[in-house]
Amino acid sequence: MTAPMTTPQTSAMAPAVTAQPFEPLILGFTCNWCSYRAADLAGTSRIKYPDNVRLIRLMCSGRMEPEFILEGFAKGADAVIMTGCWPEDCHYRIQSVKALRRFLFLRRMLSDLGIEPARLQRFYASAAEGKRFADEMTRIVAEVKALGPIPPEIRVTLAAEPAAPAPVAEPVEVEA
Amino acid sequence: MTAPKTGVYICHCGTNISAMVDVEAVRDWALDELGDKGVVVSRDYPFMCSSLGQELIEKDIKEYGLERVVVGACSPHMHEKTFREASSNAGLNPYLAELVSIREQVSWVHTDKAKATEKAKAIIAGGVYRVAEHEPLEPLIAPVNNATLIVGGGIAGLTAALEIAKAGYPVHIVEREPSIGGHMAQYDKTFPTLDCAACILTPKMVDAGAHKNITLHTWSEVVDVSGSVGDFKIKVKHKPRYVVEADCTGCGICWEKCPVQVIDTGFESGLGYRKAIYTPFPQAVPKYPVLTPDDCTYFAKGTCRACEKFCPVDCIDFTQTDEFVEFNVGSILLATGFQPFDARRIESYGYGRLPNVFTSMEFERMSNAAGPTGGKIVLRDGVTEPKAVAIVHCVGSRDKNTNEYCSAVCCMQSLKFAHLVREHTKADVYECYIDMRTPGKGYDEFYNRVLEEGTQFIRGRVAEITDSLRYPEEEGHEGRLIVQVEDTLAGVKRRIPVDMVMLSTGIEPQADATEVARMFGVGCSSKGFIIERHAKLDPVATMTDGVFAAGTALGPRDIPSSVSNGAAAAATILSRIAQGEIAMEPYRASVDTERCSGCRICNDLCPFSAITFDEMAMVTNINPKLCQGCGVCVAACPANAISGSGFSHHQIMAQIDGLLSYPGGSDGRPVEEAVGATA
Repeated sequence: MTAPMTTPQTSAMAPAVTAQPFEPLILGFTCNWCSYRAADLAGTSRIKYPDNVRLIRLMCSGRMEPEFILEGFAKGADAVIMTGCWPEDCHYRIQSVKALRRFLFLRRMLSDLGIEPARLQRFYASAAEGKRFADEMTRIVAEVKALGPIPPEIRVTLAAEPAAPAPVAEPVEVEA
Repeated sequence: MTAPKTGVYICHCGTNISAMVDVEAVRDWALDELGDKGVVVSRDYPFMCSSLGQELIEKDIKEYGLERVVVGACSPHMHEKTFREASSNAGLNPYLAELVSIREQVSWVHTDKAKATEKAKAIIAGGVYRVAEHEPLEPLIAPVNNATLIVGGGIAGLTAALEIAKAGYPVHIVEREPSIGGHMAQYDKTFPTLDCAACILTPKMVDAGAHKNITLHTWSEVVDVSGSVGDFKIKVKHKPRYVVEADCTGCGICWEKCPVQVIDTGFESGLGYRKAIYTPFPQAVPKYPVLTPDDCTYFAKGTCRACEKFCPVDCIDFTQTDEFVEFNVGSILLATGFQPFDARRIESYGYGRLPNVFTSMEFERMSNAAGPTGGKIVLRDGVTEPKAVAIVHCVGSRDKNTNEYCSAVCCMQSLKFAHLVREHTKADVYECYIDMRTPGKGYDEFYNRVLEEGTQFIRGRVAEITDSLRYPEEEGHEGRLIVQVEDTLAGVKRRIPVDMVMLSTGIEPQADATEVARMFGVGCSSKGFIIERHAKLDPVATMTDGVFAAGTALGPRDIPSSVSNGAAAAATILSRIAQGEIAMEPYRASVDTERCSGCRICNDLCPFSAITFDEMAMVTNINPKLCQGCGVCVAACPANAISGSGFSHHQIMAQIDGLLSYPGGSDGRPVEEAVGATA
């Protein structure tokens, strides 16, 4: 059975709209030092970009766990963006490069799962590049719109077998 | 597990948020829809950050026994501290309060109110889900070493150094030139008061050189920075002067006797000469000369040694090599300054090709009574006084081909030049400007003064400077320069014959600014100017705790601003020293050694050497003092043995769920239903 491309509206929160063009839902990850501040600067400068992206701040783009991306796709994201410092300006010296390594690997893994690699995007933005941040968001939203939604059966596969998160260890003991 | 009692607070930010987000709707929605996630109270308020807004939160924490707080307002980089303190005041651990941004990420960047409201709801949900997973944390406390490193001995660095030294704390100034003083030492007069730069600068240089709390490391560079907040370990390279400083009296016999004369491209901007052993200028601090082996006959041919023969105290030492010194400091100030724009890059202006086109730095030296021409404004031949001079504004500024920014000082420096040219020569002066920018104290008055003196102002960017005459009416101007400019106020194209052109060059970051920024772990723009922690409210701090910046290293600015920056940085640094310790975010990685399999995958990931391997126990350890909290090892651990406080796996996963569980807005696809239907 094939699922409809746009599911009929059943949520009480939002007005029922059926005949609208596909509006992707995109999850964006930023680092604390450069790309989150670029997003802040885009805001402060009132530069407009599409409202499809929802951001999560990490301390470093290298904090990115593969589970975060799989969870994102399972829970409804049509694309995931990893952003961070330019490698030469990384606040944590070279950790942005480690995020890049992980990104390349994850892109390959996604295609094995039936998700187009273009649904995982990565770009750099320094804290001074609010304009670039907004431009990249606009570009990526357009690209994902062209890709269309993720077929529901793929999402079901992801949701049915979530990457089992092992119980996490005790929180850090803080030394005063 | 029952959800912790959570309060949600939606800020209007005046109308900054409420104009684009239906804050009342978000408020009601949070209480209705997130009740099962623990939300027991939800409020909106015009200014959550005001004392009344904070009191609202504090009151609720006590009344409702709130265990978590989520504030939807501005960026956490703006007010995270504010709301953490409010929570703390009411007895709630500050790390159980979360600020999520619905201003920078929603109301300021989106244009559809309905969609923006839905996105704001999702962001609030992300915060509520996330904060449920939070643990109480305590800030890490580190002692602050009371010594300070100042990189750059220009006016900004000197101002800061003197303030800190006068307060009684040790300061190390590292300057790569042979003398402190920076660019200001090269200037002739300073606008708008026209007081002589050397007269106001050299007393400060002497004070800094003589102060018992200041250690000068001139002709030196910082080569390594390690350690962390409160205690940085600095390694400085002293380049060899080939002069034993302990013995040198600065008498000057060595450079008198030195037979090698080279063009001084440094201090004299290529207009004058210096010897192979030299001090850059008479008032240099310290007074010891420097020998440059590339120019020295002895280093090239093995003979000469004139300086050594004539030195009355035998302090010339040709065997000197790089020396390295190490010391620890608690704070670092980057006052590394600027470099003038290289006018050769705009070929149509002919600098370097047309001899009588000068740059502003050349003009400063020429107009200076102690400079190579003894203060005479003359053409490149060294004798002819110009009869007409054109001054070109915005060279390397406000130009898409070079730098788009305004260099902030060129209008005023050009006005100063116009005044000085007329004072020295009585020549006609044409100023070609785009816009006249004179926003400082006394600046516009100075502009009026120069106007009244008879300088001719032409509003238009100069297109070309050429020595080839094109029209019959230009006959008789052979050997002169033609400045072609569109006079946008008169609406005509002008070709102005002049004898001399002065390019008012802009301010650019030092050539190695990005490498310096990287060494000190601070962010800089793609051009190389250091980025402030907050451009308005924290203008001399950087993103890196304990590292500050002042002067033109931050961007174009004039001397008063650079001095203010230096003093502001000194005050901030002294405040840290007075506190004696510093609180740091407790975001650190830690290893559950029970779970660690000893695979060592994480061992090579840490650039701060915080991860070590215990060969006896065959497990990995993380030193919280060295850990900077990036979380790369947390993500890499295949056994989930490493956890990162403040950004734990569960916290991020919860935030993802919160953000995506309420797609709303866009096409409102209720994901869970969609998935359920297909399953």
